[in-house]
Amino acid sequence: MPARRLGGMVWEIGVLAAVGVLLAFLGLPLVSLVVRVPPVELWARLVAPASLTALRLSLETSVVATLAVMALGLPVAYVLATRRFPGKRVLEVVVELPMVLPPTVAGVGLLLAFGRAGLAGRALGAFGLSIPFTTLAVVLAQLFVACPFFVSAATAGLREVDGRYADAAATLRASPAYAFRRVLLPLALPSVAAGAAMSWARALGEFGATIMFAGNLPGRTQTLPLAVYIGLQTDLQSAVALSVVLLILAFTILIGLRMVHRFPHGAWTARAPGDGR
Amino acid sequence: MRSLLGALPCLALAAPVPRGVPPSTLTVYAAASLTRAFADLGDTLQGLTPGLKVTFNFAGSQQLALQIEQGAPADVFASADQRWMSQLVDSGLVEGVPAVFAHNRLVVITPRVGAVRRLEDLARPGVELVLAADAVPVGRYARQALAALARLPEFGPGFDRRVLANLVSDEENVKAVVAKVQLGEADAGIVYLSDVTAEVAPQVARIYIPDAANVIADYPVAVLRHAPHPDAARAFVGLLLSPTGRAVLRAGGLIPAAGD
Repeated sequence: MPARRLGGMVWEIGVLAAVGVLLAFLGLPLVSLVVRVPPVELWARLVAPASLTALRLSLETSVVATLAVMALGLPVAYVLATRRFPGKRVLEVVVELPMVLPPTVAGVGLLLAFGRAGLAGRALGAFGLSIPFTTLAVVLAQLFVACPFFVSAATAGLREVDGRYADAAATLRASPAYAFRRVLLPLALPSVAAGAAMSWARALGEFGATIMFAGNLPGRTQTLPLAVYIGLQTDLQSAVALSVVLLILAFTILIGLRMVHRFPHGAWTARAPGDGR
Repeated sequence: MRSLLGALPCLALAAPVPRGVPPSTLTVYAAASLTRAFADLGDTLQGLTPGLKVTFNFAGSQQLALQIEQGAPADVFASADQRWMSQLVDSGLVEGVPAVFAHNRLVVITPRVGAVRRLEDLARPGVELVLAADAVPVGRYARQALAALARLPEFGPGFDRRVLANLVSDEENVKAVVAKVQLGEADAGIVYLSDVTAEVAPQVARIYIPDAANVIADYPVAVLRHAPHPDAARAFVGLLLSPTGRAVLRAGGLIPAAGD
């Protein structure tokens, strides 16, 4: 019994130590950024026209990209979670690939596919549509890199839902669409929302694919990460201030999403309807 | 004979390399436009100096200057303009006085088949022009050249303004500009003559800028004050300034600085 208690204490200390180390490692760079710029200066640099432009562009493109990710990703997640078919594993890998691809490589791929001289780009050119160097390109780059985050989370969430609810819905003569909308999706909502939040965060921070595919032009394609990177090379203080803005923005929105009432018990639990939440 | 003399500083390193001493690694931070020439020079120095390995960090000079200011462990810095070298000199990070070792000139490149055939076409609305950002040496030089062109009667005042209205992207180094033109995604870009290498040449067309408006880029090099390997660093700079180095620079499309 003393041995057991000692063992228990060692475990507690070990876990706390690990948590402390990780928190310190993740937190220190963030804190270093924040203390570098005094608040007064931070505000002044935030409201500078170049910063506001980059901020606005980042917000607009990341929101549009996330909505697109959800619209396109939900059907894929539904299929992956509920159906079996040959080649399913290939589809899963293809959807996950952008996550492991270095963003710059993704950018080159996008350019080779949708650029003016690209595989599909040539066809688009016939309609007078040229994608590189436009704001649309920024959205597409973000869509590409953020997709896997949403699809994996949504798929896992939909998969976790007890199959009996879908069965029950079917016996009550609900169409698949109705069952999805009113039974499956609400039960998987925490995971879906978490996936959307991760996608949005990834889209907001996207840099490599953006600069490669969309280029860098203030007002049109220079998102906040690009502005920070380019700004770094001439004016460190401004770049750090912008970084802090990005940090505060991301922190606020992620915290806000956590407070949405479906989140309290994490993303992965299926709940029976009427369980009081 | 002359190239042997140039290699003399290296002999000081080559002489006693006691067994069991780990090979030292010289770190050279150089502007992206020096990629080809410096890689060759690195090989030459490695050949002359057993036990020495030369590694490079090629990027926009502005990025390298920032990294060095933040404490990057570089031995040698070669910049594509005086601006970023001067910044390091002012910060006290440079040993001695930087030496200009090469020059470069600008050229307009376009995809082989494209809308831009002459300099005047750059000002046509709808043309997609890619330049390096103003902070990048070649980006600033390009804007200077455009301003100089606007002062010539054939182009007229406002030429530079009209050309810059066609700018679709500010790249962070010259090689990114080359890549976009090579891929056919941009209608034109302004880069160094030396950037049209043997691999690039088949995919791009060159439009020359008249000497009256072209910019002569000065490339200074210096050993850094906190260099971990100052002797190897000085050997590299010595080789760079020697006839061997000049030949390599010339082969790389650069113009070696005059006289020894």
